[in-house]
Amino acid sequence: MTNTAILIGAIVFWLAAWYANTRLAAMRPERGPMVTVINLAIPVLFGAAILALWEGITRGFGVPTVILPPPSMIWERITSSVPTLWADFQQTYLKGVVSGYLIGCSLGFLVAVLVDRSPFWKAGVMPIGNLVSALPIVGIAPIMVMWFGFDWQSKAAVVVVMTFFPMLVNTVAGLNAAGHMERDLMHTYASTRTQSLLKLRLPAAMPFIFNALKINSTLALIGAIVAEFFGTPIVGMGFRISAEVGRLNVDMVWATIFVAALAGSLSYGAIALVERSVTFWHPSMRSERP
Amino acid sequence: MIRTRILPILTVVAAIIAVWYAFAVVLNAPFERSAAERAGETISFTEIVPRTMGQQRPVLPAPHQVAVEIWETTAEKSITSKRSLIYHAWVTLSATLLGFMMGTALGILLAVGIVHSRVLDKSMMPWVITSQTIPILALAPMIIVVFNSVGVTGLLPKALISTYLSFFPVAVGMVKGLRSPETMHMDLMHTYSANRSQTFWKLRWPSSVPFLFTSMKIGIAASLVGAIVGELPTGAVAGLGARLLAGSYYGQTVQIWSALLVAAILAGLLVGLIGWIGGWLNRRMGVREARA
Repeated sequence: MTNTAILIGAIVFWLAAWYANTRLAAMRPERGPMVTVINLAIPVLFGAAILALWEGITRGFGVPTVILPPPSMIWERITSSVPTLWADFQQTYLKGVVSGYLIGCSLGFLVAVLVDRSPFWKAGVMPIGNLVSALPIVGIAPIMVMWFGFDWQSKAAVVVVMTFFPMLVNTVAGLNAAGHMERDLMHTYASTRTQSLLKLRLPAAMPFIFNALKINSTLALIGAIVAEFFGTPIVGMGFRISAEVGRLNVDMVWATIFVAALAGSLSYGAIALVERSVTFWHPSMRSERP
Repeated sequence: MIRTRILPILTVVAAIIAVWYAFAVVLNAPFERSAAERAGETISFTEIVPRTMGQQRPVLPAPHQVAVEIWETTAEKSITSKRSLIYHAWVTLSATLLGFMMGTALGILLAVGIVHSRVLDKSMMPWVITSQTIPILALAPMIIVVFNSVGVTGLLPKALISTYLSFFPVAVGMVKGLRSPETMHMDLMHTYSANRSQTFWKLRWPSSVPFLFTSMKIGIAASLVGAIVGELPTGAVAGLGARLLAGSYYGQTVQIWSALLVAAILAGLLVGLIGWIGGWLNRRMGVREARA
């Protein structure tokens, strides 16, 4: 009986949210704080409606928790198992992802700067780098687990390889982004190669480099989690997912996915923030400020 | 053409293969040394080098070992055999293609909805963008196992993961593409008093094609990764992912590397095919270069 009430309540809430959103979207204030409020309120309301519908349907129709647990149950699980989730996060994210990400990105950047000096190597590395970026590199996970053992080092190695190529390709492309006029200007200043690299071409490459950093932040997390499917000590997000799926504790899996999603979007957001302050001159950033 | 493009690529490929051989010698040498030590012999470097190329379970197989393994498991096995890599590649490819097609269709539909409805745009678009920052692949084992528990097995669960992965790049790319017509062109359609569907089919849709193919290239690469990872949690049944897993269980490094290489070739072919179709279509439609 109460479950039916929950279902009806969820549907009513969903319809109300939908109606509110149509009204909000129909209001088109020109500028000012109202724009921000509306742009924030609509997606939040939409997300809340989806959650309510999820809760209502899973409870109302009595969907087995093995298939899809209601959000309230997932949240309960998250709050009740913070130490486990924190240990997994530490193992996968703080050890595997961060170290691999830093090494992979800086290696890709360094190789790109080196390759950039020679047109011959650039012409050879670019097509291959582009190709490799599209390959299913996660597949090297079993090999890395064999080479570097079960602990986080093997996960970091997978992340290094996965993040290397997007960084390499984007940096090389970015270093060519400076226009002819600007380069000629540097030439008339009799600037050396290093000077024009540091003062013109690297700053001009920043939008590309940040693009790679953003792509890599997601790739790194995927690489570390998938690598844990191939072998791991009994801690880590990928281990938790595959182990709890095996025991059909689906709510714990969702809790881990929630942590992964949070980590993914927070690191992406952090990089986007840094990007905004570094590449403030770029048209895509400028247009956001009236 | 040959000197400025092919030669550099060949040089880099040659360099990669040379480095690969060098690493094969360095990484496989300790095994030979300890084997010789146990036999009570001393072994010189020139004796080690050829032996590192022919180990049964090398730490890093030499390129020609992998090539021989691929040749034996593709050309010399019948396609229906469970040991044929072509069979496993087909299992993976079918899931990839099915998922990719569903994902692309869904992505285009969502993009059309977002472009035409302000409510959808405002409420869905932030979530679509956020979902790109989430390691979606982490969901894969759960989708497989949950579908298994309901009794749905085989192609469909894997294809759903591929759908999910190719859906978002296509949706984001198509929204950009359908919005790419310039204000001038939109105004021209307006002066012709074109209705919404006319504007869509005659202006928005054609100008979104370059964007569609750019995002489809990302989508199909993601689909393949999804299908391979989707094969892991069911245990080593069939498919390239299963070959990877079986290889890592039994320490068959040559098998892992050959599955990996076949997956890479498959990805290269798929991305190349889509790029080629896109380029051909763009030329037919008079687009000079993809602007995405």
